[in-house]
Amino acid sequence: MQLTVEFSGGAELLFGNVKQHRVTLPDRGDGDSVWTMEGLLPWLRDNLLKERPELFMQGDTVRPGILVLVNDADWELLGQLSYKLQPDDTVVFISTLHGG
Amino acid sequence: MTATDHCLFLSVPCQPSWFWITPYYAVMLLAINMALARLVYITERQTKVKLSGAMAPKCKTGCGKNAILKRPKTGDALCRECFFWAFETEVHNTVTAARLFRRGQYVAVAASGGKDSTVLAHVMKELNQRYDYGLRLVLLSIDEGITGYRDDSLETVKRNRDQYGIPLTVLSYEDLYGWTMDDIVKQVGLRNNCTFCGVFRRQALDRGAAQLGVDQIVTGHNADDIAETVVMNVLRGDIARLQRCTAISTGTEGSIPRSKPFKYTYEKEIVMYAYFKKLDYFSTECIYSPNAYRGYARAYLKDLEAIRATSIIDIIHSGESLAVRDAARLPTQGTCSRCQYISSQPVCKACVLLQGLNQGRPRLGIGKSSKVQERARETEGESDDRSEVDSATVTVGAG
Repeated sequence: MQLTVEFSGGAELLFGNVKQHRVTLPDRGDGDSVWTMEGLLPWLRDNLLKERPELFMQGDTVRPGILVLVNDADWELLGQLSYKLQPDDTVVFISTLHGG
Repeated sequence: MTATDHCLFLSVPCQPSWFWITPYYAVMLLAINMALARLVYITERQTKVKLSGAMAPKCKTGCGKNAILKRPKTGDALCRECFFWAFETEVHNTVTAARLFRRGQYVAVAASGGKDSTVLAHVMKELNQRYDYGLRLVLLSIDEGITGYRDDSLETVKRNRDQYGIPLTVLSYEDLYGWTMDDIVKQVGLRNNCTFCGVFRRQALDRGAAQLGVDQIVTGHNADDIAETVVMNVLRGDIARLQRCTAISTGTEGSIPRSKPFKYTYEKEIVMYAYFKKLDYFSTECIYSPNAYRGYARAYLKDLEAIRATSIIDIIHSGESLAVRDAARLPTQGTCSRCQYISSQPVCKACVLLQGLNQGRPRLGIGKSSKVQERARETEGESDDRSEVDSATVTVGAG
């Protein structure tokens, strides 16, 4: 499944300073093969993240202070970690952890 | 619409007259009501689940559009336009309720190029026009001399100047004090340098404002910042600051008042506003900030926010309601004997820090005020020798 993943607000620094990524998620192989945000986050951490995983994730979810949008909608409206990803979704991670 | 919003019409069946006065009728009505409501709720939920791949709930206002965010303050789901309107109107309400401005005032917007000050500049301009505050605005920026951070963010402020059509003035530490932050960090090390930066910047903003002749300064401090400050001051036992830090407007005689229109605005909303309005801001952490004490308060606050989003506003409310016991000792405010800047000590912090830097004693200004004042007095007469301090003698991480 193909997705667009974007990083901004400083989060891009953890991902090789690249703001926009086109990722292809492998088929999961198990019967109910579905990618949720809960699965995407560790996948990003393990495959796309270049440094300092503790600044991206805390436990199962993103570090508090990082906002997540899917197709320009707050992921809190979509069920956060339980949201099921659709092909060609755009997921945006915006870090708020910097001076203003 | 939730299940409980459904009202149900039941055609009244024919029953013997005794039926109406028994509780059985009420129970039956209730049971049918609940069963039907549940049925509707289930079918609604199923529809939502089927579409849930790309579906967000509708805007709470009933305007019909899809919601794009869930407000941390209220939990409301709002669409873009309603969010913009709510955000801007709340700032306007904050401004009017606190009577922050008067017609004809000349107001400096403290701008760093970061998310808060960029959105502040945008919103101030917008509200000034929309509600006719009658203000004259100017952007005021301070260049601390941090390579790879401030020089980049100043470019952003210059873009803001052009985009919003607000004039810009920049003051630098180099010009004001003869020291850039990079120089200071080389002398002081990584542990206490934020003290220097904060103290110098506060004074720099005041001096810049005085130079421009403004009536007031507005800064982009948001609700998260103020809540962090409350927590920090509690952790440090800084009662004097604890008492002052939740005031929306600060400034006593002799110094230019500064206000915080974003006092009740959540950081998350500022970022979302900037994102959806496509506002241009600079977003890298200061390279020296990882060691700042505030970071601990911030991490704590973020964890609290994740559990209960209203904590931020609640902490501010607690801070506003705190009163200091009569028996507690508070420093009185006077003026610095050297530069006449406002100070609760005989010599203001900036003068002490600067004396320390110039005499090659970077730690002069660090520590308890009473000891600092004593050291400052003792070494006052010594030569102001700005010789380069050998890096081997810099104390890093001590105290």
